[in-house]
Amino acid sequence: MYKRRVCMTINGRECRGEVEPRKLLVDFIRDDLGLTGTHVGCEHGVCGACTILWDGEPVRSCILFAVQANGARLETVEGMVPNDRDLHPIQEAFWEAHGLQCGFCTPGFLLTVKALLRENPHPSEREIREWISGNLCRCTGYQNIVTAVQLAAEKLAASS
Amino acid sequence: MSYIGARVKRTEDLRLLRGVGRFVGDIRRVGMNHAAILRSPCAHARILRIDTEAATKLAGVVGVVTFADMAEVKPIPMRTGKVEGMERSLQYPLAGNKVRYVGEPVAVVVAENRYLAEDALELIDVQYELLDAVTDPWEAMQPGTPILHESVPDNIAAHFVVDVGDIDRAMAEADEIIEEEFSVQRHAAVPLETRGLVAEFDEGRGVLSVWGPTKVIHTNRMILSELLDMPESCIHLIEPDVGGGFGARGEFYPEDFAIPFVAKHLKQPVCWIEDRSENLKATNHSREQGHYLKVAVKRDGTILGVEDRLYFNMGAYTRTHGAVPAISGSAMLRGPYKIANYRADVFCILTNKTPAGTYRSPGRYEAAFVRERMIDMVVHRLGLDPADVRRRNFIQPHEMPYDCGPHKYHDVVYDSGNYPGLLEKALTKIDYPELKASSGKARREGRAVGVGIACFVETSGVGPWEYARVEVDPTGKVVVYAGCASLGQGVETVLSQIAADALNVRPEEIMVVHGDTNLVPFGMGSNASRTTVMAGSAVFRAALKVKEKLFQLAAGAFEIGPGDLQLVDGRVAVRGAPDRSMTFAQLARLAAPHSALKGGIQPGISETDFFAAPRRTFPYGVHVAQVEVDRETGLVQILKYLVSEDIGRAVNPMLVEGQMVGGFAQGLGGALLEEFAFNSDGQPLATSFMDYLLPTAMEVPHVELLSVEECLSPSNPLGVKGAGEGGIVAVGGALANAVSDALGVEVTRLPMKPEYVRDLARQGAQKP
Repeated sequence: MYKRRVCMTINGRECRGEVEPRKLLVDFIRDDLGLTGTHVGCEHGVCGACTILWDGEPVRSCILFAVQANGARLETVEGMVPNDRDLHPIQEAFWEAHGLQCGFCTPGFLLTVKALLRENPHPSEREIREWISGNLCRCTGYQNIVTAVQLAAEKLAASS
Repeated sequence: MSYIGARVKRTEDLRLLRGVGRFVGDIRRVGMNHAAILRSPCAHARILRIDTEAATKLAGVVGVVTFADMAEVKPIPMRTGKVEGMERSLQYPLAGNKVRYVGEPVAVVVAENRYLAEDALELIDVQYELLDAVTDPWEAMQPGTPILHESVPDNIAAHFVVDVGDIDRAMAEADEIIEEEFSVQRHAAVPLETRGLVAEFDEGRGVLSVWGPTKVIHTNRMILSELLDMPESCIHLIEPDVGGGFGARGEFYPEDFAIPFVAKHLKQPVCWIEDRSENLKATNHSREQGHYLKVAVKRDGTILGVEDRLYFNMGAYTRTHGAVPAISGSAMLRGPYKIANYRADVFCILTNKTPAGTYRSPGRYEAAFVRERMIDMVVHRLGLDPADVRRRNFIQPHEMPYDCGPHKYHDVVYDSGNYPGLLEKALTKIDYPELKASSGKARREGRAVGVGIACFVETSGVGPWEYARVEVDPTGKVVVYAGCASLGQGVETVLSQIAADALNVRPEEIMVVHGDTNLVPFGMGSNASRTTVMAGSAVFRAALKVKEKLFQLAAGAFEIGPGDLQLVDGRVAVRGAPDRSMTFAQLARLAAPHSALKGGIQPGISETDFFAAPRRTFPYGVHVAQVEVDRETGLVQILKYLVSEDIGRAVNPMLVEGQMVGGFAQGLGGALLEEFAFNSDGQPLATSFMDYLLPTAMEVPHVELLSVEECLSPSNPLGVKGAGEGGIVAVGGALANAVSDALGVEVTRLPMKPEYVRDLARQGAQKP
């Protein structure tokens, strides 16, 4: 079968592979690169569980092909932690605010929130809800996620 | 420091936040292949021929399996909710000579990767002879309609009656009889993670391992062992991290046999991950019920009796839960009200739709909707006050425990509760008088604003037993083994808090193991909000036995009586002489076989407990909603919402609140957004998230919460009741009551989609 070589930077590291043109980016990340923190919830771009950052912007990796991402700079949830021990302030905030239950949607939310707080460091509740409306959560009812984002904003402001 | 009652951060979170959780789709086995399932595109058809030759020959395909390869297998049995006659409509793992719903599994293809496996699906040639389909339950019961199962000629999978008191006399003595027909739409759990299984057969040792099972893994192992005719000890089920269950995931589905069978048959590890389109067609649906309700009341609002004809649309087959939604709904229909005369005529009907099973608060979400709507209809008909009528009919605290009367399949003896007390607290918390005043003012200004109340009793902590084992390992670490499951609700944290209290150790230092049949020999699993009650109690009791053993060891070492000892921060110390202490690690060394056997005591520190509960527990609560309806668009906007609940005792209040809000969001979805629609040919119309609308952060408002710990359960040592379902159960009822109040028209069905609400608004505008 016909395969193409791809090369992209993920979490600062160069990653290479050989993929069929039809291989989804999320499948390349999960199966070929073993980065299983990004999840597949719907495969049609609605639920947001597959959200990763492409040059800092949230994108749906389930409706992108790996070949489209050739040369791209991507970030997945695995790249959020500063080291083996500590958590990113956004992750800390989710932990403190009980912003996750099953955790399946969480990686998508974390990266979406990272992009949000970079663009708008002090969002209102309304702005937070609008920004995260592209990420589905079936467990939490979103209330604690909103609280987590507000807490994360405070933490990031305090550390900067 | 008491950890029970503390807002402890979850131990599960660290791995989930870092993206290093292990969900079933993350599991990799050497040489693992991937399965795709060919599913019926027809709602009702005979299978004339299946030709798999072209598929089998495709490069990269390892094998194709159909019913012919497993012709000896028995159908999947029920594990609960058994009503006589239901065994006639059980499902075989793959379709044999007939398909009965769109999405029914027909063949399994295994290939090197999922892409190739799906390519191969297209090469399988199935010849179907189309049959007429029936989707409406009322129609399905009529003579002359298509019959799904030969042995069930009337399409009634089960029928039973609940008969309490003397309903005929109640009707005769009534000042008014109010009748109405209600319906709730088909909708379901739809967790964010789809189902999945990884199966591997070790031919050399004859052991089959399956990752992916959850909820009730020991029961599932028993079912798989029966169906495969293998000893249970040769089957190893492992629960990974799980992306939500809500009643639907974890039951034994056709795939739970087919995938392990295929792994054994092809002698290859096989991974199957359901995609979303399959999930929406093939994972249990629920909630589709019709009720013909008749209420006998006195002029002052006292309810004398209720009569209900309940139709539950089971879909094409009876699944593992049998008739639970119908059983539970009919058992709990009367809620917190003293209704001594009650008859329910309950029909579970087969149609050519996806089979239905349980979904959070099964049957009770539907029952709460119809009951609370009916009460408000009584209120409107008699010109009374909604809170007053409820107060008038409540079962009173001094009447607890309260026996609601006989039900063949479900004991209904409420253990404890202060229904009037909680209603007052809830109305105060939400400032009900202000809600009514502001709604009235808004209506005078021409806006459609209304308020609704819905009261409920939930059932939880179902027995009969649960297993726990608490150990102190040779390095002094406390390890808890429990027969429950995690669907994402925080089981590890809660059980560690309970063990921490018993042993005076920090929760984060306790390891909790569950969901592995090799490590946990017995279990009844996690469903029906039973985990904190059942596993929690077993863990508590086992931990106390460990404490006794630790004291026995220390008493021997210090040569004093165990009564002179106490637990202090992971050590056993002599009272009054804190420097005379031993760590758990030191005590574990005393209990190691070479020293213990010399001292004549049983080696190891490991204590088991089976906690048996003769009765369920019954949490209860009140929801209050204020909504504004846009008469033009039919959109319902929630202005204020309160979820209040008394669960006896909250082990972790933060987690309890999370359950309340999460349940509310699902209840909102069911009330306003979600629907598994089918056309009359049995074709599902909601097969993606474009059509099946899950609430987002824009649809779910901020919710006020009131968690009360007043009425402990007398049935378990912790006094707890389950907290999983109180958030969802009354949402349909509360929102429908608020919309009815806003428009001056009675809502009689869910969902309250814009088209329906707009029609109601027009009716309301035409009223004098």
